[in-house]
Amino acid sequence: MPTTLFPSMAASRRLPNAWDLLAILCVFAALIGIGHVAQGTLVSVSTPGAVDVSLDPWRLPEYAVRTTLRMFAALLASLLFTFTYGTAAAKSRRAGLVLIPILDVLQSVPILGFLTFTVVFFMGLFPGRVIGLELAAIFAIFTSQAWNMAFSLYQSLKTVPADLTEASNAFHLSPWQRFWKLEVPFAAPGLVWNTMMSMSGGWFFVVASEAVSVGDNTWKLPGIGSYVAVALEQRDIAAVLWAIVAMLVVILAYDQLLFRPLVAWSAKFRFETTAGAIASDPWMLRLIRRTRLLSLAGEAISDAAGIITGLRLFGGGSARGGYRAPSRVVDAIWLAVLAVIVLYACWRLSSFAVGALNLGEIEHVVTLGLITMMRVIVLMALATIIWVPIGVWLGLRPEWARRAQPVAQFLAAFPANLLFPPAVLGIVHFHLNPNIWLTPLMILGTQWYILFNVVAGAAAFPGDLQEAAKNFRIGGLLWWRKVIIPGIFAYYVTGAITASGGCWNAAIVAEVASWGDTRLQATGLGAYIADATDKGDMAKVVLGVVVMSAFVVLFNRLLWRPMYSFAQRRLTLA
Amino acid sequence: MDAAVDVRPNLVQVTGCRQAYHKDSNADLVVLDNVDLTLNEGEIVALLGRSGSGKSTLLRIVSGLLKPTSGEVLWRGAPVVGPAEGVAMVFQSFALFPWLTVQENVELGLEARGVPRAEREARAETAIDMIGLGGFENAYPKELSGGMRQRVGLARALVVHPDLLLMDEPFSALDVLTAETLRTDLIDLWMEGKLPLKSVLMVTHNIEEAVLMADRILVFSSNPGRVASELKVPFAHPRNRLDPDFRKMVDDIYALMTRRKPVSRGAAQPIASPLASALPPVGTNIMSGLLETLAAEPYKGRADLPAIAGVLQYEVDDILPLGEALQLLGFALLEEGDITLTAQGRSFVNADVDERKRLFGEALRQHVPLVVMIRQVLDQRWNHRASAERFRDELEDHMSPDYADQTLRTVIAWGRYAEIFAYDEEAEQFSLEDID
Repeated sequence: MPTTLFPSMAASRRLPNAWDLLAILCVFAALIGIGHVAQGTLVSVSTPGAVDVSLDPWRLPEYAVRTTLRMFAALLASLLFTFTYGTAAAKSRRAGLVLIPILDVLQSVPILGFLTFTVVFFMGLFPGRVIGLELAAIFAIFTSQAWNMAFSLYQSLKTVPADLTEASNAFHLSPWQRFWKLEVPFAAPGLVWNTMMSMSGGWFFVVASEAVSVGDNTWKLPGIGSYVAVALEQRDIAAVLWAIVAMLVVILAYDQLLFRPLVAWSAKFRFETTAGAIASDPWMLRLIRRTRLLSLAGEAISDAAGIITGLRLFGGGSARGGYRAPSRVVDAIWLAVLAVIVLYACWRLSSFAVGALNLGEIEHVVTLGLITMMRVIVLMALATIIWVPIGVWLGLRPEWARRAQPVAQFLAAFPANLLFPPAVLGIVHFHLNPNIWLTPLMILGTQWYILFNVVAGAAAFPGDLQEAAKNFRIGGLLWWRKVIIPGIFAYYVTGAITASGGCWNAAIVAEVASWGDTRLQATGLGAYIADATDKGDMAKVVLGVVVMSAFVVLFNRLLWRPMYSFAQRRLTLA
Repeated sequence: MDAAVDVRPNLVQVTGCRQAYHKDSNADLVVLDNVDLTLNEGEIVALLGRSGSGKSTLLRIVSGLLKPTSGEVLWRGAPVVGPAEGVAMVFQSFALFPWLTVQENVELGLEARGVPRAEREARAETAIDMIGLGGFENAYPKELSGGMRQRVGLARALVVHPDLLLMDEPFSALDVLTAETLRTDLIDLWMEGKLPLKSVLMVTHNIEEAVLMADRILVFSSNPGRVASELKVPFAHPRNRLDPDFRKMVDDIYALMTRRKPVSRGAAQPIASPLASALPPVGTNIMSGLLETLAAEPYKGRADLPAIAGVLQYEVDDILPLGEALQLLGFALLEEGDITLTAQGRSFVNADVDERKRLFGEALRQHVPLVVMIRQVLDQRWNHRASAERFRDELEDHMSPDYADQTLRTVIAWGRYAEIFAYDEEAEQFSLEDID
């Protein structure tokens, strides 16, 4: 064999220093930013500049960093919650009995309505300090992120393949080791995906939760949300646009720096034997893998993680609980405790209801709920008519689907409430009816879930079925009815559930909108809750939120669940 | 079978058909090159070839699902533009709509033509009964076994009363017994003239299946796909697999399919670029297995390919790449449908694990330039790492992306076995980690 040099290969020797330099710059910039923000949280509320916001665009990068850190703090809390709550629900039969229904209800409660009260609570914990407000904001974001992550972990833990569990038992892994070596890796792809979705959902709340007023006091935590709130008060449309630009940059940054690499990395835990579509590695993941310093740091972290997760905690490893029959006595005690708690809750609720509510009020609120429901239904129908054909068109063209997917995801992450001001401006200018024209704002942010799920569904539609349809010359309406709609239905329902849930939540923000002194209000349950929150009327807020939760739960149970199970039963392939 | 009495145009006439995929950096990748095909009424024609010989592509061109890059396709004398009427297709994967019942699946093609409901139901009923699916009308495809699903696929195709039935490896996803029942059922119906068809064109990589069913066989060669030879099958139905003439024909086709490749032997240096030839997707375990089997009784170093394939339950698509890989590495020779162990092959069989790895490594360095090249690049690098991507890119200049990918996979597996280099799947990099 002659020794040949292949010039194209020899030429591109990589110098590692350039990458390392970049990495060092990024790491130190991040550290300095975090330190700066952390200092700000411990000062008193009365410190000048602590809780007000200037509209100078040059302050925006700082505000953006603070907002982003709030998001990540909430994300961390959500992960902690997920790993404790989700695990407990999956591992303990008795806990699961209670935890799962609670999670189900929490998922449907529009926490936005309770914002005022959580602020008062956290201010009480840290009187006079900014950190109380920070925690309140973080809590609000947390409530928008945690539930679906916990659900995802729970579902993964429940579906770990039996043979792998048996194998890890046979090799005497302790429960702690098994959790980290088998169960968490198995859950990783789903969890990463849900974390990404949660992050998107969180933006909506960040904007709403940074500027809060309780009674006569209004606090504005430095951040993009407050910036927008001030811009609205002062009728500064330029500032609103600046905020939108800042938000775009932030979302793009964490999407590229964090989630793309995470999703690609977690793909290795996928428990499928069929090779999926192999996308090329995101540039950030390549940077991490190829930068010597970063990969050294990564190794150090994974070594440390290996030591911690390798600990033989929680018992000697044989499947101890396996042979033990569940104790009837403990079951009985457990049920008795639950019964007492439920009875107490009933008593508290009824005494509260008797004191504060009357039948007429309830009737009024339910009527408002029906009006908002009408809005949700009309919006869902409109979004379906618009986005399903577009999604199918895109999805059946791989070239387009690949381009459309990240765009739709990005749009879903973009907090739609930032787009309210231009809409309000338009409504005021053209003297439009707020009852109709405020409505589309509800679905502005969540319609994208329908689009990208339909695109994914159409892209996954099997080629042989497409060929069969073509071969038998199936076209027009017949093709939609018998071929493509059943094919994408499961995906559509998945997207529609998210979209309609988001719609209800958005009603609280979208049915009332203001621009300076102009206040637009539609008739509906969302406006009712927003009003009651403004006035600090606890009883009305609770009533409104309970009714809205009931609507959401019923909507899910009576419409989406049956549709979803039908799709799973009849319309899935294989 | 009623032979065509009046003089009518051929059912299908393909002339000078060429299918190429455009690749930006380099010349076009040719899948089909200058293929002619004539289909007459009353015959079953089989397109026989290895995977990648473009036979499925040709089937799709005939059906109008695919437009050829160049060449003429006539259907009943008229040029084909789009999915042709009177042509129905049966798919390897069945391609049944999972949300439709058997009845609805079968009716679908009629519904697309606007056949009224009552007639639709009656015709579907007839087709379902004929193909032996009576009683399963309301079942969903999920509830059926593979064989029953393919029966639905057949009924769905027959119900539209097509002139031409296209079958794309229709039995290859089924187990041996089920496939055989389906084949004989279909042939029986064809012989009894019960099928509303004028002609059948089927794609297969199973030589026996082709000889069992077809009146005419077109043998395809690979890369690019061409018609290597055309054979008439002279036997009357029902055919007997054990009939000596039948066996002889199968043997002859085996010989034909092994003869084709230009044999590069020993010292003779092959083609210009080390990247120009694709490597077959064959693992090292299965190679050792075949070498051991060959060396042992009753073969003692020489075996008839169809015979050994039969014993091992391999199809021609499995055994040929295996034999070619062994020939490429100098462990065996393929000639006229026979496979013979070489001296190197024999010493490989007699060696222990470490010695085998050494011999395999030697063979790789001698016969697979790609391995040498990868090792060379690794040796020259200061960190002894190299991205797989660039090798893939260079391979793609000489072959289709699929072949490039397959070749890369094979070279990774072989190189790892011989411990010539290591490979990190996560980073898609070759390296010399843990290699002495």
